[in-house]
Amino acid sequence: MLTSSELEALLLTLTVAARAVAFGLPLAIAMAWILARGRFPGRTLLDALVHLPMVLPPVVVGWLLLLVFGVRGPIGAWLQNWFSVRLVFTAQGAALACAVMAFPLMVRAVRLSLEAVDPGLEEAARTLGAGAWDRFATITLPLAAPGVVVGAIIGFAACLGEFGAVITFAANIPGQTQTLPLAIYAALQSPGGEDVAARLSLVSIGLALIGLLAADVIGRRLRARIGR
Amino acid sequence: MISVALRKDFPGFRLDVAFAAPTPGVVALFGPSGAGKSSIVAGIAGLLRPDAGRVEVDGAVLSDAVPVERRRLGLVFQDARLFPHMNVATNLRYGLRRAPAGEIGFDAVAGLLGLDRLLDRRPHSLSGGERQRVAIGRALLSQPRLLLLDEPLASLDAARKAEILPYLLRLKTALKLPIIYVTHALDEVFALADTLVLLESGRVVAAGPVAELSSRADLPLAARDDAASVFDAEIAEHHPARRLSKLRAGALELWVPLVAAPIGQIMRVRIPAREIILATEAPSAISLHNIIPGVVRAIHEDPVRHAALVEIDAGAALLARVTPDAVARLGLRPGGKVLALVKSMAVDVRGDAP
Repeated sequence: MLTSSELEALLLTLTVAARAVAFGLPLAIAMAWILARGRFPGRTLLDALVHLPMVLPPVVVGWLLLLVFGVRGPIGAWLQNWFSVRLVFTAQGAALACAVMAFPLMVRAVRLSLEAVDPGLEEAARTLGAGAWDRFATITLPLAAPGVVVGAIIGFAACLGEFGAVITFAANIPGQTQTLPLAIYAALQSPGGEDVAARLSLVSIGLALIGLLAADVIGRRLRARIGR
Repeated sequence: MISVALRKDFPGFRLDVAFAAPTPGVVALFGPSGAGKSSIVAGIAGLLRPDAGRVEVDGAVLSDAVPVERRRLGLVFQDARLFPHMNVATNLRYGLRRAPAGEIGFDAVAGLLGLDRLLDRRPHSLSGGERQRVAIGRALLSQPRLLLLDEPLASLDAARKAEILPYLLRLKTALKLPIIYVTHALDEVFALADTLVLLESGRVVAAGPVAELSSRADLPLAARDDAASVFDAEIAEHHPARRLSKLRAGALELWVPLVAAPIGQIMRVRIPAREIILATEAPSAISLHNIIPGVVRAIHEDPVRHAALVEIDAGAALLARVTPDAVARLGLRPGGKVLALVKSMAVDVRGDAP
Protein backbone atom coordinates (compact mmCIF):
# COMPACT_ATOMS: atom_id res chain seq x y z
CA MET A 1 0.00 0.00 0.00
CA LEU A 2 0.92 3.66 -0.02
CA THR A 3 3.30 5.13 2.54
CA SER A 4 2.21 8.15 4.53
CA SER A 5 4.20 10.54 2.36
CA GLU A 6 2.69 9.04 -0.78
CA LEU A 7 -0.77 9.33 0.72
CA GLU A 8 0.05 12.91 1.55
CA ALA A 9 0.94 13.57 -2.08
CA LEU A 10 -2.32 11.97 -3.21
CA LEU A 11 -4.46 14.03 -0.81
CA LEU A 12 -2.59 17.19 -1.70
CA THR A 13 -3.17 16.52 -5.39
CA LEU A 14 -6.90 16.04 -4.86
CA THR A 15 -7.10 19.23 -2.76
CA VAL A 16 -5.17 21.26 -5.29
CA ALA A 17 -7.32 19.99 -8.16
CA ALA A 18 -10.56 20.63 -6.25
CA ARG A 19 -9.47 24.17 -5.44
CA ALA A 20 -8.42 24.80 -9.02
CA VAL A 21 -11.82 23.68 -10.34
CA ALA A 22 -13.79 25.52 -7.65
CA PHE A 23 -11.95 28.70 -8.50
CA GLY A 24 -11.62 28.24 -12.25
CA LEU A 25 -15.02 26.81 -13.25
CA PRO A 26 -17.17 29.89 -12.54
CA LEU A 27 -14.71 32.00 -14.49
CA ALA A 28 -14.69 29.40 -17.25
CA ILE A 29 -18.51 29.54 -17.43
CA ALA A 30 -18.43 33.33 -17.65
CA MET A 31 -15.71 33.22 -20.32
CA ALA A 32 -17.55 30.50 -22.27
CA TRP A 33 -20.72 32.61 -22.23
CA ILE A 34 -18.85 35.68 -23.47
CA LEU A 35 -17.23 33.68 -26.26
CA ALA A 36 -20.43 31.84 -27.19
CA ARG A 37 -22.85 34.77 -27.15
CA GLY A 38 -20.77 37.94 -27.27
CA ARG A 39 -20.42 39.82 -30.54
CA PHE A 40 -17.67 42.36 -30.03
CA PRO A 41 -14.41 43.29 -31.75
CA GLY A 42 -11.49 41.34 -30.36
CA ARG A 43 -13.49 38.20 -29.63
CA THR A 44 -11.16 36.11 -31.77
CA LEU A 45 -8.14 37.50 -29.92
CA LEU A 46 -9.76 36.75 -26.56
CA ASP A 47 -10.55 33.24 -27.79
CA ALA A 48 -6.89 32.76 -28.74
CA LEU A 49 -5.67 34.10 -25.38
CA VAL A 50 -7.93 31.68 -23.52
CA HIS A 51 -6.54 28.78 -25.50
CA LEU A 52 -2.91 29.87 -25.12
CA PRO A 53 -2.11 27.62 -22.11
CA MET A 54 -3.09 24.62 -24.24
CA VAL A 55 -0.42 25.27 -26.83
CA LEU A 56 2.30 27.02 -24.79
CA PRO A 57 4.94 24.93 -23.04
CA PRO A 58 3.68 24.61 -19.43
CA VAL A 59 7.04 25.93 -18.20
CA VAL A 60 6.34 29.17 -20.01
CA VAL A 61 2.94 29.44 -18.32
CA GLY A 62 4.61 28.81 -14.96
CA TRP A 63 7.20 31.45 -15.63
CA LEU A 64 4.53 33.98 -16.74
CA LEU A 65 2.67 33.25 -13.53
CA LEU A 66 5.86 33.95 -11.60
CA LEU A 67 6.16 37.29 -13.37
CA VAL A 68 2.58 38.30 -12.56
CA PHE A 69 1.85 36.56 -9.26
CA GLY A 70 5.42 36.37 -7.93
CA VAL A 71 6.29 38.31 -4.79
CA ARG A 72 7.47 41.18 -6.96
CA GLY A 73 4.88 40.73 -9.70
CA PRO A 74 2.10 43.34 -9.96
CA ILE A 75 -0.68 41.13 -8.59
CA GLY A 76 1.60 39.07 -6.34
CA ALA A 77 2.95 42.15 -4.57
CA TRP A 78 -0.55 43.53 -4.15
CA LEU A 79 -1.84 40.28 -2.62
CA GLN A 80 1.21 40.17 -0.33
CA ASN A 81 0.80 43.77 0.84
CA TRP A 82 -2.93 43.82 1.37
CA PHE A 83 -3.84 40.29 2.31
CA SER A 84 -0.46 38.80 3.26
CA VAL A 85 -1.24 36.10 0.76
CA ARG A 86 1.71 34.51 -0.96
CA LEU A 87 1.04 32.25 -3.92
CA VAL A 88 4.54 31.29 -4.98
CA PHE A 89 5.72 28.00 -3.49
CA THR A 90 2.37 27.30 -1.81
CA ALA A 91 -0.50 24.86 -2.35
CA GLN A 92 -2.70 27.82 -3.41
CA GLY A 93 -0.08 28.64 -5.99
CA ALA A 94 -0.15 25.07 -7.25
CA ALA A 95 -3.95 25.34 -7.52
CA LEU A 96 -3.62 28.61 -9.46
CA ALA A 97 -1.14 27.07 -11.89
CA CYS A 98 -3.45 24.07 -12.36
CA ALA A 99 -6.49 26.30 -12.86
CA VAL A 100 -4.76 28.34 -15.55
CA MET A 101 -3.65 25.19 -17.37
CA ALA A 102 -7.09 23.54 -17.14
CA PHE A 103 -8.96 26.75 -17.98
CA PRO A 104 -9.09 26.26 -21.78
CA LEU A 105 -10.37 22.71 -21.36
CA MET A 106 -13.16 23.86 -19.07
CA VAL A 107 -14.08 26.81 -21.31
CA ARG A 108 -14.25 24.53 -24.33
CA ALA A 109 -16.55 22.00 -22.71
CA VAL A 110 -18.90 24.65 -21.31
CA ARG A 111 -18.91 26.65 -24.52
CA LEU A 112 -19.89 23.70 -26.70
CA SER A 113 -22.77 23.05 -24.36
CA LEU A 114 -23.85 26.70 -24.27
CA GLU A 115 -23.82 26.90 -28.04
CA ALA A 116 -26.15 23.91 -28.18
CA VAL A 117 -28.77 25.75 -26.08
CA ASP A 118 -31.58 26.96 -28.36
CA PRO A 119 -31.73 30.77 -28.09
CA GLY A 120 -35.42 30.42 -28.89
CA LEU A 121 -35.94 28.98 -25.41
CA GLU A 122 -34.28 32.01 -23.84
CA GLU A 123 -36.49 34.19 -25.99
CA ALA A 124 -39.53 32.30 -24.75
CA ALA A 125 -38.40 32.75 -21.14
CA ARG A 126 -38.02 36.44 -21.86
CA THR A 127 -41.59 36.82 -23.09
CA LEU A 128 -42.66 35.06 -19.89
CA GLY A 129 -41.10 37.82 -17.81
CA ALA A 130 -37.62 36.50 -17.06
CA GLY A 131 -34.80 39.07 -16.96
CA ALA A 132 -31.25 38.39 -18.11
CA TRP A 133 -29.85 36.76 -14.93
CA ASP A 134 -33.09 34.90 -14.36
CA ARG A 135 -32.93 33.44 -17.88
CA PHE A 136 -29.30 32.45 -17.42
CA ALA A 137 -29.92 30.76 -14.10
CA THR A 138 -33.17 28.97 -14.98
CA ILE A 139 -32.80 28.16 -18.67
CA THR A 140 -29.31 28.57 -20.09
CA LEU A 141 -27.22 27.11 -17.28
CA PRO A 142 -29.44 24.07 -16.55
CA LEU A 143 -29.53 23.26 -20.26
CA ALA A 144 -25.75 23.62 -20.45
CA ALA A 145 -25.28 21.53 -17.29
CA PRO A 146 -23.85 18.50 -19.11
CA GLY A 147 -21.04 20.64 -20.47
CA VAL A 148 -20.44 22.30 -17.11
CA VAL A 149 -20.16 18.95 -15.31
CA VAL A 150 -18.01 17.42 -18.01
CA GLY A 151 -15.83 20.55 -18.00
CA ALA A 152 -15.42 20.29 -14.24
CA ILE A 153 -14.41 16.63 -14.39
CA ILE A 154 -12.03 17.07 -17.34
CA GLY A 155 -10.54 20.12 -15.61
CA PHE A 156 -10.13 18.17 -12.38
CA ALA A 157 -8.46 15.29 -14.21
CA ALA A 158 -6.13 17.66 -16.04
CA CYS A 159 -5.12 19.26 -12.72
CA LEU A 160 -4.19 15.86 -11.33
CA GLY A 161 -1.58 15.54 -14.07
CA GLU A 162 -0.28 19.09 -14.32
CA PHE A 163 3.50 19.17 -14.02
CA GLY A 164 5.41 21.94 -15.77
CA ALA A 165 3.45 24.96 -14.65
CA VAL A 166 3.20 23.71 -11.06
CA ILE A 167 6.90 22.91 -10.64
CA THR A 168 7.90 26.23 -12.19
CA PHE A 169 5.51 28.42 -10.22
CA ALA A 170 5.05 26.49 -6.96
CA ALA A 171 8.23 24.37 -6.90
CA ASN A 172 8.48 20.81 -5.65
CA ILE A 173 7.98 20.96 -1.86
CA PRO A 174 6.80 17.69 -0.32
CA GLY A 175 3.57 18.15 1.63
CA GLN A 176 3.01 21.63 0.20
CA THR A 177 3.26 21.68 -3.55
CA GLN A 178 4.43 18.19 -4.40
CA THR A 179 1.47 16.76 -6.29
CA LEU A 180 1.45 13.23 -7.74
CA PRO A 181 3.34 13.96 -10.96
CA LEU A 182 5.95 15.93 -9.03
CA ALA A 183 6.28 13.13 -6.50
CA ILE A 184 6.72 10.61 -9.32
CA TYR A 185 9.36 12.81 -10.88
CA ALA A 186 11.17 13.18 -7.54
CA ALA A 187 11.02 9.44 -6.94
CA LEU A 188 12.55 8.73 -10.32
CA GLN A 189 15.36 11.16 -9.53
CA SER A 190 16.33 9.31 -6.34
CA PRO A 191 18.10 5.94 -6.43
CA GLY A 192 15.76 2.99 -5.85
CA GLY A 193 12.65 5.12 -6.29
CA GLU A 194 11.16 3.01 -9.09
CA ASP A 195 8.76 1.21 -6.76
CA VAL A 196 7.38 4.48 -5.43
CA ALA A 197 7.08 5.86 -8.95
CA ALA A 198 5.27 2.74 -10.11
CA ARG A 199 2.76 2.83 -7.26
CA LEU A 200 2.03 6.53 -7.73
CA SER A 201 1.75 6.06 -11.47
CA LEU A 202 -0.87 3.34 -10.95
CA VAL A 203 -2.80 5.72 -8.69
CA SER A 204 -2.59 8.41 -11.39
CA ILE A 205 -3.85 6.03 -14.05
CA GLY A 206 -6.73 4.98 -11.79
CA LEU A 207 -7.75 8.56 -11.04
CA ALA A 208 -7.61 9.55 -14.69
CA LEU A 209 -9.73 6.58 -15.72
CA ILE A 210 -12.31 7.26 -13.02
CA GLY A 211 -12.47 10.89 -14.14
CA LEU A 212 -13.00 10.09 -17.79
CA LEU A 213 -15.62 7.43 -17.09
CA ALA A 214 -17.45 9.70 -14.66
CA ALA A 215 -17.51 12.50 -17.23
CA ASP A 216 -19.03 10.17 -19.79
CA VAL A 217 -21.66 8.62 -17.52
CA ILE A 218 -22.75 11.85 -15.83
CA GLY A 219 -22.79 13.71 -19.14
CA ARG A 220 -25.07 11.09 -20.65
CA ARG A 221 -27.41 11.09 -17.65
CA LEU A 222 -27.76 14.86 -17.70
CA ARG A 223 -28.38 14.96 -21.41
CA ALA A 224 -31.16 12.42 -20.98
CA ARG A 225 -32.66 14.59 -18.24
CA ILE A 226 -32.93 17.58 -20.50
CA GLY A 227 -34.39 15.44 -23.23
CA ARG A 228 -31.55 15.30 -25.73
CA MET B 1 -58.66 48.59 -28.18
CA ILE B 2 -55.43 47.35 -29.76
CA SER B 3 -53.60 49.65 -32.09
CA VAL B 4 -50.42 48.71 -33.87
CA ALA B 5 -48.24 50.78 -36.18
CA LEU B 6 -44.87 49.39 -37.20
CA ARG B 7 -42.33 50.27 -39.83
CA LYS B 8 -39.05 48.52 -40.45
CA ASP B 9 -36.75 48.30 -43.45
CA PHE B 10 -35.19 44.91 -44.04
CA PRO B 11 -32.77 44.33 -46.93
CA GLY B 12 -35.10 44.08 -49.91
CA PHE B 13 -38.27 44.20 -47.86
CA ARG B 14 -40.18 46.96 -46.14
CA LEU B 15 -42.67 46.32 -43.39
CA ASP B 16 -45.05 49.20 -42.99
CA VAL B 17 -48.33 48.36 -41.29
CA ALA B 18 -50.96 49.98 -39.15
CA PHE B 19 -54.19 48.55 -37.85
CA ALA B 20 -56.55 48.80 -34.92
CA ALA B 21 -59.09 46.42 -33.48
CA PRO B 22 -61.61 46.38 -30.63
CA THR B 23 -60.93 44.32 -27.49
CA PRO B 24 -61.65 41.71 -26.37
CA GLY B 25 -61.69 39.73 -29.58
CA VAL B 26 -59.49 37.78 -31.93
CA VAL B 27 -57.50 39.70 -34.53
CA ALA B 28 -56.28 37.45 -37.33
CA LEU B 29 -53.18 38.48 -39.26
CA PHE B 30 -53.67 36.66 -42.52
CA GLY B 31 -51.46 36.54 -45.58
CA PRO B 32 -49.05 34.39 -47.57
CA SER B 33 -45.59 33.45 -46.30
CA GLY B 34 -43.30 36.45 -46.42
CA ALA B 35 -46.13 38.93 -45.93
CA GLY B 36 -44.55 40.06 -42.67
CA LYS B 37 -46.92 38.39 -40.22
CA SER B 38 -44.29 36.98 -37.89
CA SER B 39 -42.29 40.22 -38.03
CA ILE B 40 -45.35 42.09 -36.81
CA VAL B 41 -45.72 39.69 -33.88
CA ALA B 42 -42.01 40.02 -33.08
CA GLY B 43 -42.37 43.80 -33.28
CA ILE B 44 -45.35 43.82 -30.91
CA ALA B 45 -43.55 41.49 -28.48
CA GLY B 46 -40.44 43.66 -28.59
CA LEU B 47 -38.24 40.90 -30.00
CA LEU B 48 -37.76 42.96 -33.14
CA ARG B 49 -36.90 46.63 -32.88
CA PRO B 50 -38.87 48.62 -35.46
CA ASP B 51 -37.47 51.73 -37.15
CA ALA B 52 -40.63 53.49 -36.07
CA GLY B 53 -43.68 52.22 -34.35
CA ARG B 54 -46.27 52.38 -31.67
CA VAL B 55 -48.12 49.57 -29.99
CA GLU B 56 -51.01 50.19 -27.64
CA VAL B 57 -53.04 47.57 -25.83
CA ASP B 58 -56.03 48.75 -23.81
CA GLY B 59 -54.38 52.02 -22.92
CA ALA B 60 -50.92 50.62 -22.17
CA VAL B 61 -48.37 52.04 -24.59
CA LEU B 62 -45.51 49.63 -25.32
CA SER B 63 -42.71 51.82 -26.61
CA ASP B 64 -39.26 50.59 -27.59
CA ALA B 65 -38.15 51.45 -24.06
CA VAL B 66 -40.27 48.66 -22.58
CA PRO B 67 -38.15 45.50 -22.66
CA VAL B 68 -39.65 42.20 -23.79
CA GLU B 69 -39.77 40.78 -20.28
CA ARG B 70 -41.88 43.65 -18.99
CA ARG B 71 -44.41 43.88 -21.81
CA ARG B 72 -46.64 41.16 -20.36
CA LEU B 73 -47.60 39.77 -23.73
CA GLY B 74 -48.20 36.03 -23.93
CA LEU B 75 -46.40 34.81 -27.02
CA VAL B 76 -46.98 31.31 -28.37
CA PHE B 77 -44.44 30.29 -31.00
CA GLN B 78 -45.02 27.95 -33.91
CA ASP B 79 -42.62 25.44 -32.34
CA ALA B 80 -44.03 25.59 -28.75
CA ARG B 81 -40.56 26.15 -27.19
CA LEU B 82 -41.29 24.29 -23.98
CA PHE B 83 -38.36 24.09 -21.58
CA PRO B 84 -37.01 20.54 -21.99
CA HIS B 85 -35.54 20.30 -18.48
CA MET B 86 -38.85 21.03 -16.75
CA ASN B 87 -42.04 18.99 -16.61
CA VAL B 88 -45.34 20.35 -17.86
CA ALA B 89 -46.42 21.79 -14.49
CA THR B 90 -43.12 23.65 -14.04
CA ASN B 91 -43.31 24.94 -17.59
CA LEU B 92 -46.83 26.21 -16.93
CA ARG B 93 -45.74 27.95 -13.72
CA TYR B 94 -42.68 29.62 -15.28
CA GLY B 95 -44.57 32.72 -16.38
CA LEU B 96 -47.05 32.57 -13.51
CA ARG B 97 -44.28 32.87 -10.90
CA ARG B 98 -42.87 35.94 -12.61
CA ALA B 99 -46.18 37.73 -13.23
CA PRO B 100 -48.10 40.01 -10.90
CA ALA B 101 -51.09 38.26 -9.32
CA GLY B 102 -53.85 38.03 -11.91
CA GLU B 103 -57.21 36.48 -12.64
CA ILE B 104 -56.02 33.54 -14.69
CA GLY B 105 -55.56 30.60 -12.33
CA PHE B 106 -53.52 27.45 -12.75
CA ASP B 107 -56.42 25.03 -12.31
CA ALA B 108 -58.66 27.00 -14.64
CA VAL B 109 -56.08 26.97 -17.42
CA ALA B 110 -55.25 23.31 -16.91
CA GLY B 111 -58.97 22.52 -17.14
CA LEU B 112 -59.62 24.79 -20.09
CA LEU B 113 -56.80 23.27 -22.15
CA GLY B 114 -57.17 19.70 -20.93
CA LEU B 115 -53.73 19.59 -19.32
CA ASP B 116 -54.61 17.90 -16.03
CA ARG B 117 -53.26 14.51 -17.01
CA LEU B 118 -50.10 15.89 -18.57
CA LEU B 119 -48.72 17.81 -15.60
CA ASP B 120 -45.99 15.32 -14.66
CA ARG B 121 -44.90 14.62 -18.22
CA ARG B 122 -41.72 15.90 -19.87
CA PRO B 123 -42.06 17.98 -23.06
CA HIS B 124 -40.25 15.43 -25.24
CA SER B 125 -42.86 12.80 -24.38
CA LEU B 126 -45.78 14.98 -25.56
CA SER B 127 -47.41 14.98 -28.98
CA GLY B 128 -47.19 18.10 -31.11
CA GLY B 129 -50.75 19.09 -30.25
CA GLU B 130 -50.20 18.58 -26.53
CA ARG B 131 -47.02 20.65 -26.62
CA GLN B 132 -48.85 23.49 -28.29
CA ARG B 133 -51.62 23.36 -25.67
CA VAL B 134 -49.03 23.52 -22.88
CA ALA B 135 -47.35 26.46 -24.62
CA ILE B 136 -50.69 28.27 -24.82
CA GLY B 137 -51.35 27.54 -21.14
CA ARG B 138 -47.91 28.75 -20.14
CA ALA B 139 -48.46 32.01 -22.02
CA LEU B 140 -51.92 32.48 -20.49
CA LEU B 141 -50.63 31.97 -16.95
CA SER B 142 -48.13 34.78 -17.36
CA GLN B 143 -51.24 36.99 -17.00
CA PRO B 144 -50.75 38.74 -20.35
CA ARG B 145 -52.62 41.84 -21.47
CA LEU B 146 -52.62 40.33 -24.96
CA LEU B 147 -52.10 36.82 -26.28
CA LEU B 148 -49.99 36.55 -29.43
CA LEU B 149 -50.33 33.27 -31.30
CA ASP B 150 -47.80 32.95 -34.12
CA GLU B 151 -49.11 30.21 -36.43
CA PRO B 152 -49.70 27.89 -33.49
CA LEU B 153 -51.20 25.18 -35.68
CA ALA B 154 -48.87 25.45 -38.67
CA SER B 155 -46.57 22.62 -37.64
CA LEU B 156 -49.44 20.22 -36.89
CA ASP B 157 -51.23 17.78 -39.15
CA ALA B 158 -54.94 18.11 -39.89
CA ALA B 159 -56.01 15.77 -37.07
CA ARG B 160 -53.97 17.67 -34.46
CA LYS B 161 -55.33 20.97 -35.76
CA ALA B 162 -58.85 19.72 -35.34
CA GLU B 163 -57.91 18.69 -31.81
CA ILE B 164 -56.67 22.17 -30.81
CA LEU B 165 -59.16 24.42 -32.57
CA PRO B 166 -61.98 23.74 -30.06
CA TYR B 167 -59.60 24.67 -27.22
CA LEU B 168 -58.84 27.97 -28.92
CA LEU B 169 -62.56 28.63 -29.31
CA ARG B 170 -63.10 27.95 -25.61
CA LEU B 171 -60.24 30.27 -24.81
CA LYS B 172 -61.84 33.00 -26.84
CA THR B 173 -65.14 32.82 -25.02
CA ALA B 174 -63.94 31.86 -21.53
CA LEU B 175 -61.29 34.55 -21.11
CA LYS B 176 -61.97 38.11 -22.06
CA LEU B 177 -58.46 38.41 -23.40
CA PRO B 178 -57.49 40.13 -26.62
CA ILE B 179 -55.79 37.72 -29.00
CA ILE B 180 -53.66 38.34 -32.08
CA TYR B 181 -53.65 35.23 -34.20
CA VAL B 182 -51.21 34.77 -37.07
CA THR B 183 -52.10 32.25 -39.73
CA HIS B 184 -52.00 31.48 -43.41
CA ALA B 185 -54.96 29.10 -43.13
CA LEU B 186 -58.28 30.72 -44.02
CA ASP B 187 -60.36 28.11 -42.20
CA GLU B 188 -58.68 29.13 -38.91
CA VAL B 189 -59.50 32.78 -39.62
CA PHE B 190 -63.12 31.94 -40.35
CA ALA B 191 -63.42 29.82 -37.22
CA LEU B 192 -61.81 32.22 -34.75
CA ALA B 193 -61.35 35.78 -35.92
CA ASP B 194 -63.48 38.82 -35.15
CA THR B 195 -61.18 41.28 -36.87
CA LEU B 196 -59.21 40.40 -39.98
CA VAL B 197 -56.01 42.11 -41.10
CA LEU B 198 -55.09 41.08 -44.65
CA LEU B 199 -51.38 41.36 -45.32
CA GLU B 200 -49.35 41.19 -48.46
CA SER B 201 -45.61 41.88 -48.89
CA GLY B 202 -45.32 43.99 -45.76
CA ARG B 203 -48.47 46.07 -46.25
CA VAL B 204 -52.02 45.97 -44.95
CA VAL B 205 -54.31 45.25 -47.88
CA ALA B 206 -57.47 45.59 -45.80
CA ALA B 207 -58.43 45.51 -42.15
CA GLY B 208 -61.84 45.29 -40.52
CA PRO B 209 -64.49 42.98 -39.07
CA VAL B 210 -64.19 39.51 -40.56
CA ALA B 211 -67.92 39.59 -41.52
CA GLU B 212 -67.23 42.62 -43.64
CA LEU B 213 -63.98 41.58 -45.31
CA SER B 214 -64.93 37.98 -45.99
CA SER B 215 -67.74 39.03 -48.32
CA ARG B 216 -65.93 41.84 -50.11
CA ALA B 217 -65.84 41.05 -53.84
CA ASP B 218 -62.79 43.21 -54.54
CA LEU B 219 -60.30 41.60 -52.12
CA PRO B 220 -57.88 38.79 -52.97
CA LEU B 221 -59.83 36.63 -50.49
CA ALA B 222 -62.80 36.52 -52.86
CA ALA B 223 -60.69 35.01 -55.63
CA ARG B 224 -59.75 32.03 -53.46
CA ASP B 225 -61.42 28.70 -53.99
CA ASP B 226 -62.53 28.66 -50.33
CA ALA B 227 -63.97 32.19 -50.44
CA ALA B 228 -67.00 32.44 -48.15
CA SER B 229 -69.18 34.87 -46.26
CA VAL B 230 -68.62 34.58 -42.54
CA PHE B 231 -70.74 36.18 -39.87
CA ASP B 232 -72.13 35.58 -36.39
CA ALA B 233 -75.78 34.64 -36.03
CA GLU B 234 -78.04 34.01 -33.06
CA ILE B 235 -80.08 30.86 -32.72
CA ALA B 236 -83.68 32.11 -32.99
CA GLU B 237 -85.82 28.96 -33.14
CA HIS B 238 -85.50 25.22 -32.96
CA HIS B 239 -87.94 22.98 -34.86
CA PRO B 240 -87.05 19.48 -33.67
CA ALA B 241 -89.89 17.84 -35.63
CA ARG B 242 -88.61 19.32 -38.89
CA ARG B 243 -85.04 18.88 -37.71
CA LEU B 244 -84.29 22.50 -38.50
CA SER B 245 -83.04 25.52 -36.61
CA LYS B 246 -83.51 29.14 -37.58
CA LEU B 247 -80.58 31.53 -37.21
CA ARG B 248 -80.81 35.28 -37.27
CA ALA B 249 -78.15 37.84 -38.14
CA GLY B 250 -79.61 41.32 -38.36
CA ALA B 251 -82.42 41.17 -40.90
CA LEU B 252 -81.14 37.92 -42.36
CA GLU B 253 -82.84 34.66 -41.42
CA LEU B 254 -81.31 31.33 -42.21
CA TRP B 255 -82.68 27.80 -41.93
CA VAL B 256 -80.06 25.20 -41.13
CA PRO B 257 -80.05 21.57 -39.95
CA LEU B 258 -80.86 21.33 -36.23
CA VAL B 259 -78.11 22.91 -34.15
CA ALA B 260 -77.21 21.39 -30.78
CA ALA B 261 -77.03 24.66 -28.86
CA PRO B 262 -79.57 26.64 -26.84
CA ILE B 263 -81.71 29.44 -28.26
CA GLY B 264 -79.97 32.78 -28.00
CA GLN B 265 -76.50 31.33 -28.46
CA ILE B 266 -74.26 33.09 -30.97
CA MET B 267 -72.90 30.82 -33.67
CA ARG B 268 -70.27 31.36 -36.35
CA VAL B 269 -71.81 30.86 -39.80
CA ARG B 270 -69.87 30.26 -43.00
CA ILE B 271 -71.48 30.11 -46.44
CA PRO B 272 -69.10 29.21 -49.28
CA ALA B 273 -69.38 31.69 -52.17
CA ARG B 274 -69.68 28.93 -54.75
CA GLU B 275 -72.70 27.41 -52.94
CA ILE B 276 -74.95 30.47 -53.37
CA ILE B 277 -77.35 30.55 -56.30
CA LEU B 278 -78.71 33.89 -57.48
CA ALA B 279 -82.19 34.47 -58.87
CA THR B 280 -84.49 37.36 -59.64
CA GLU B 281 -87.69 35.37 -59.15
CA ALA B 282 -88.39 32.97 -56.30
CA PRO B 283 -88.51 29.38 -57.53
CA SER B 284 -91.35 27.19 -56.28
CA ALA B 285 -91.48 23.47 -55.57
CA ILE B 286 -87.86 23.33 -54.60
CA SER B 287 -86.03 21.64 -51.74
CA LEU B 288 -84.45 24.94 -50.81
CA HIS B 289 -85.27 26.60 -47.47
CA ASN B 290 -83.38 29.84 -47.76
CA ILE B 291 -84.52 32.37 -50.34
CA ILE B 292 -82.92 35.55 -49.08
CA PRO B 293 -83.83 38.91 -50.61
CA GLY B 294 -81.00 41.40 -50.92
CA VAL B 295 -79.47 44.22 -52.89
CA VAL B 296 -76.38 43.86 -55.08
CA ARG B 297 -73.59 45.95 -53.64
CA ALA B 298 -70.77 45.23 -56.08
CA ILE B 299 -69.84 42.88 -58.90
CA HIS B 300 -66.24 41.91 -59.67
CA GLU B 301 -64.97 39.74 -62.47
CA ASP B 302 -62.42 37.05 -61.75
CA PRO B 303 -60.81 36.60 -65.18
CA VAL B 304 -58.70 33.59 -64.14
CA ARG B 305 -61.69 31.55 -63.06
CA HIS B 306 -64.13 33.03 -65.58
CA ALA B 307 -66.31 33.89 -62.63
CA ALA B 308 -68.21 36.87 -61.32
CA LEU B 309 -68.12 37.73 -57.61
CA VAL B 310 -71.32 39.31 -56.43
CA GLU B 311 -71.45 41.09 -53.10
CA ILE B 312 -74.97 41.25 -51.68
CA ASP B 313 -76.43 43.17 -48.79
CA ALA B 314 -79.03 40.84 -47.31
CA GLY B 315 -79.08 42.03 -43.73
CA ALA B 316 -75.72 40.38 -43.41
CA ALA B 317 -73.25 40.62 -46.25
CA LEU B 318 -73.15 37.66 -48.63
CA LEU B 319 -70.67 36.78 -51.35
CA ALA B 320 -71.75 34.69 -54.33
CA ARG B 321 -69.56 33.29 -57.08
CA VAL B 322 -71.51 32.72 -60.29
CA THR B 323 -70.71 32.82 -63.99
CA PRO B 324 -70.47 36.18 -65.77
CA ASP B 325 -73.12 34.77 -68.11
CA ALA B 326 -75.56 34.39 -65.22
CA VAL B 327 -74.92 38.00 -64.19
CA ALA B 328 -75.75 39.11 -67.73
CA ARG B 329 -78.86 36.91 -68.07
CA LEU B 330 -80.32 38.10 -64.76
CA GLY B 331 -79.34 41.67 -65.54
CA LEU B 332 -77.61 42.08 -62.17
CA ARG B 333 -76.09 45.46 -61.41
CA PRO B 334 -75.06 47.29 -58.25
CA GLY B 335 -78.16 48.62 -56.49
CA GLY B 336 -80.46 46.06 -58.12
CA LYS B 337 -82.58 43.56 -56.24
CA VAL B 338 -81.59 39.91 -56.12
CA LEU B 339 -82.51 36.69 -54.33
CA ALA B 340 -79.73 34.60 -52.79
CA LEU B 341 -80.62 30.91 -52.68
CA VAL B 342 -78.74 29.04 -50.00
CA LYS B 343 -79.02 25.30 -49.38
CA SER B 344 -79.34 24.57 -45.65
CA MET B 345 -76.84 21.80 -46.07
CA ALA B 346 -74.26 24.18 -47.53
CA VAL B 347 -74.20 26.35 -44.41
CA ASP B 348 -71.39 25.59 -41.98
CA VAL B 349 -72.46 26.42 -38.41
CA ARG B 350 -69.89 26.41 -35.64
CA GLY B 351 -69.99 27.43 -32.06
CA ASP B 352 -68.09 27.16 -28.88
CA ALA B 353 -68.30 23.58 -27.61
CA PRO B 354 -70.95 23.58 -24.86
